[in-house]
Amino acid sequence: MLGKLDWSAIPFGQPIPLVAGAVVLVAILGVLIWVVVKGHLPYLWHEWITSVDHKRIGVMYVLLASVMLLRGGSDAIMMRIQQAIAYQSQGYLPPEHYNQIFSAHGTIMIFFVAMPFVIGLMNLVVPLQLGVRDVAFPTLNSVGFWLTATGALLVNVSLVVGEFARTGWLAFPPLSELSYSPGVGVDYYAWSLQISGVGTLVAGINLVTTVLKLRTRGMNYLRMPMFCWTTLASNLLIVAAFPILTATLAMLLLDRYLGFHFFTNEAGGNVMMFMNLIWAWGHPEVYILVLPAFGIYSEVVSTFSGKPLFGYRSMVLATMAICVISFMVWLHHFFTMGAGPDVNAIFGIASMIIAVPTGVKIYNWLFTMYGGRIRFATPMLWSVGFMVTFIIGGLTGVLVAVPPADFVLHNSMFLVAHFHNVIIGGVLFGAFAGFEYWFPKAFGFRLDERWGKAGFWFTFTGFWITFMPLYVVGMLGMTRRMQHYDVAAWRPWMLVAAIGMAVLTIGVVCQVMQLVVSIRNRAALRDRTGDPWDGRSLEWATSSPPPVFNFAFHPDVRGEDAYWAMKQHAKEQQLAHHAEPEYEDIEMPRNSPTGFVCAFFATITGFALIWHIWWMVILGVLGAFATFVVFAWRDHDEYVIPAAEVARIDRVNIEERRSLVSMAGAI
Amino acid sequence: MAMTATYGHARTDPHHIGRVAEHAGPAPKRIVTAYGFWVFLLSDIVMFSCFFAAYAVLVSQTADGPKGSEIFEQRNVAIETVCLLLSSFTCGMASIAADVRNRFWFYLGMAVTCVLGLAFLSIEFREFADLVSRGYGPSRSAFLTAFFSLVGCHGLHVSAGVLWLLTMMAQVFAKGFRADILRRMMCFALFWHALDIIWVAVFSVVYLLGGAP
Repeated sequence: MLGKLDWSAIPFGQPIPLVAGAVVLVAILGVLIWVVVKGHLPYLWHEWITSVDHKRIGVMYVLLASVMLLRGGSDAIMMRIQQAIAYQSQGYLPPEHYNQIFSAHGTIMIFFVAMPFVIGLMNLVVPLQLGVRDVAFPTLNSVGFWLTATGALLVNVSLVVGEFARTGWLAFPPLSELSYSPGVGVDYYAWSLQISGVGTLVAGINLVTTVLKLRTRGMNYLRMPMFCWTTLASNLLIVAAFPILTATLAMLLLDRYLGFHFFTNEAGGNVMMFMNLIWAWGHPEVYILVLPAFGIYSEVVSTFSGKPLFGYRSMVLATMAICVISFMVWLHHFFTMGAGPDVNAIFGIASMIIAVPTGVKIYNWLFTMYGGRIRFATPMLWSVGFMVTFIIGGLTGVLVAVPPADFVLHNSMFLVAHFHNVIIGGVLFGAFAGFEYWFPKAFGFRLDERWGKAGFWFTFTGFWITFMPLYVVGMLGMTRRMQHYDVAAWRPWMLVAAIGMAVLTIGVVCQVMQLVVSIRNRAALRDRTGDPWDGRSLEWATSSPPPVFNFAFHPDVRGEDAYWAMKQHAKEQQLAHHAEPEYEDIEMPRNSPTGFVCAFFATITGFALIWHIWWMVILGVLGAFATFVVFAWRDHDEYVIPAAEVARIDRVNIEERRSLVSMAGAI
Repeated sequence: MAMTATYGHARTDPHHIGRVAEHAGPAPKRIVTAYGFWVFLLSDIVMFSCFFAAYAVLVSQTADGPKGSEIFEQRNVAIETVCLLLSSFTCGMASIAADVRNRFWFYLGMAVTCVLGLAFLSIEFREFADLVSRGYGPSRSAFLTAFFSLVGCHGLHVSAGVLWLLTMMAQVFAKGFRADILRRMMCFALFWHALDIIWVAVFSVVYLLGGAP
């Protein structure tokens, strides 16, 4: 009746996951009760859960990423403490628990923090920058988000019900095959990624179509803001790479569930095929994450330097070059496979070539700052911090792209330091910069600068103290994923890394405080103008938060930095009165619970598949299919916002803007 | 409103490369839908290419089990191919009927497409069942694993297509040729034709190359 599920799935003997799970459950129940008692449930349902507004969905993506960042971060803290005290001792974590922690940490940080964070920011900002009303497929957008949330939920369920994979974040066979991992850990891993992977693919298709087909009048390709270009590149990579992940995980699951022999040791299976397939997805994935961050830096650096982006066209070219080359380097993840010197040399050189367009970008940001009026607001701090940090990560990347060096450094802590250097210093700093930069746009009030700057400095310092020692122990021969060790030379560096982790944690606390303080002071931090940073692209042309339809009219774009040019023009015209345009009715997509209901059935299906509860699998799949048929049967999928309402909202926006321009003129 | 007002063209052509063709604005819904669906189909083809790659890697790993030439029956494959190619034709007829709002020919075209699709599936099912009954199931060897997965993945797509086809017929029956339903019909037709293209690859790579002794 319940497949493999019974009471032994609950880890009564292990206090840490049990207590953590209990605390989280109590917190969730508490929030739910508070929501119901206070009567917020209808508001949540109508305004957020069933919303198909790209801005709301973007905010929910970022919220999911932030919560999961705390979850993945607590895993990181546990690992650093373990390695700090596990010198000639077992430490405080049993080995099988430690193995689950590092697997969960990697899986969560990549799939449920970095991915939703960048997809959320792209969702929120790209339609605004393109001057359009929504993404290409609004309901599908909601489905994509809720499927991502399903994956995150399943990973967290594994904390209390059953176990998570002990195989590392990419579940290499034959360790992940049934004979070596008979438990449900790998199944949790594979099904949660399979479901959230579908969500990511949907988001990718949506954003590619949005950028290519929905730009506003005059928004030629070479006038798109840099963030739109990097979004396009990143989502092209999603569309091309995520099906590879889907196929690879499907093969692994067929091996585990039906006794197939794709990657087994016996009957002719080929383990190295898994390495090739997973990294053919996994390497582009790195650029899926970092390209949008590059876009954010471009926007931030240009805005806070008060200058157009230096070398815009070379930036576009560099972005697209990275997009293509990133698919040609996957083999550098297993130089030690034995493919031979020729293959290794080709992939090594291809890997180093990526440093060229990336270097072009760094120089372009530096030249954008050169001669500019730089304002060191929090987003700019994150950007400059990124440039300093990422260069080290890039240089160590070129180092491990040299095959002979890689034979020494392969699977060492040096590698761990390298990819944390680029993922934290590249992606996460970018995500934070984007968060600080666009927060006023999303919510209509600014974030507290003092807490933000404190958060930056603690995180930045903490990052360096944590990860530079890992380079050193890597050079001293420490391999990754060690539960305990007895080499005296590593010990001091592990202690320094643990101290760095404490500093990093203070940074996280500062950022949480920033959010709390800003929400409490939101009246004082209110952004009336919609353009708090003196921005250059179209998202600043509408009010903060934008109306549901974003723009009363499709803006008419005449050049790069569209909104900057409009502001300059308005100042030159000395606010001459313009005849009010004719407002028209606007059709917007109706809310739909499709995404939420679909994710509900996906959760049931995923959970049932993990525990082999077959009747529940059938129920879940039928439910998901029925959801789509019901969605397809709707007769009215749009509603009309009358012209009078559009006019009212737009006049308020224009008045605020006039006051802004006249103030600027007075100065 | 300021943003729609005209202003100087100073920044229109900052690099003096000549006239810049002005982008006309968002594309109509029909284009957007079809374009998005094309992008999805491309991603689906990437997924298939992984199964093709796995097949190519594992084709010689028979683990002392049968080779392709010992188990493939060219006659069955020929009938399957004819069924699928014909169904693409009838699907095209149904699309044209939908464009000219002719219910009778639409239902007829879709029904024939459905029957041909089911015929294809039943032949494939019989082939699989026969192999399994002889002890040549997917867990016999890595080659059979790759064979069943690649051909089965295509079969699953056809099954999903049949389900979608029936849903489309029901939608037209209940709601007529509405604009959104015609857009869905266009996506369905693209999907069905793409399956045909993938079958041509399966047929060539698996059965023609593998059938040679």
